[in-house]
Amino acid sequence: MSEGMAADLPQIDDERMARLHGRLVERAARSADLDVAYRVIDSPLGRLVLAATPRGLVRVGFADVEGEERVLAEVAREVSPKVLRSPGRLDKAAQQVEEYLAGRRSGFEIALDLSLLGGFRGEVVTALPRIPYGSTASYGELAAIVERPRAVRAVGTACATNPLPLLLPCHRVVRADGSPGRYRGGDSAKVALLEMESRGGSAADR
Amino acid sequence: MADTPFESVVTEHGRHVLTLCMAMLGSDEAEDAWSETFLAALRAWPDLPDDLDPRAWLTVVARRKCLDLLRARARRAVPTDRQPEVGVPGPEPGDEGVWAHVAVLPTKQRQVVTYRYLGGLSYAQIATLTGGTEAAARRAAADGLKTLRAKEIR
Repeated sequence: MSEGMAADLPQIDDERMARLHGRLVERAARSADLDVAYRVIDSPLGRLVLAATPRGLVRVGFADVEGEERVLAEVAREVSPKVLRSPGRLDKAAQQVEEYLAGRRSGFEIALDLSLLGGFRGEVVTALPRIPYGSTASYGELAAIVERPRAVRAVGTACATNPLPLLLPCHRVVRADGSPGRYRGGDSAKVALLEMESRGGSAADR
Repeated sequence: MADTPFESVVTEHGRHVLTLCMAMLGSDEAEDAWSETFLAALRAWPDLPDDLDPRAWLTVVARRKCLDLLRARARRAVPTDRQPEVGVPGPEPGDEGVWAHVAVLPTKQRQVVTYRYLGGLSYAQIATLTGGTEAAARRAAADGLKTLRAKEIR
């Protein structure tokens, strides 16, 4: 009986669900109930999760390394669980990230929401854009930039947990001996970014 | 539900809720009820306890939103001196098929059949939603199915 009943369920196609989802996003945004909108884009560095609050981009995640679900769970826990997929709200961020990774852009013009950053970590990563495109600084040099020359280890931790990689360019911070060091998006991604910037090319053609 | 992004709730339960709403309202108004259900759920989401069963809870919210729409429909109806129409749609030809017949079952039977076969809830879960015992829910489902069978729907 239950089998037969289930077989009679009206068919609901993907298009209809997508339309309802889109309508929900619009209504939630209008009534200020959409705390975090996100989309996932393909890039030369693998799939990237872009998540934004109404104030600005709040998290960039490397889906293939960190896991899409883990990135979104972190955003839910630390920012708000009122999270919906909403590609249209991230058009500008997606476009600029794509341009940057294609070597056609050296900086970003996007509002950032720094709510995943507090205290010293915030000081460190917001100083990162002071390292110019195409150059690098050591963890010690970055510690000097933020006027805490002895806090090299804390600077390393701040870079390692940067919630907005690419936009706040932690990949430009390297080891004292000049070797690239670790990266949230995978060590090879860091190498690719540094090579791309040093020749002003694209992260795709290594 | 502080660790669960609401998107995953829509993905996992969106179709289920729409099917429920279609059974109670018919296809068109079902979309309004779906939107109302998920908007209300989104607003409540951060404050819900972590051990909540989202499917059972959404079923309750959806049912409430459907009843709101049915009441609004009844209020809009032109007043006559005859017995007012019961606020559920009659069987209609088209996609709804058997669920249009479910919609005109007596209330308790309709709820139980809907929760059981559309909602996929256990009789224990159904009993907590409708009140009464698990055995009573089981009986109501059996009675509802007998009615449908008598109509030669199954």
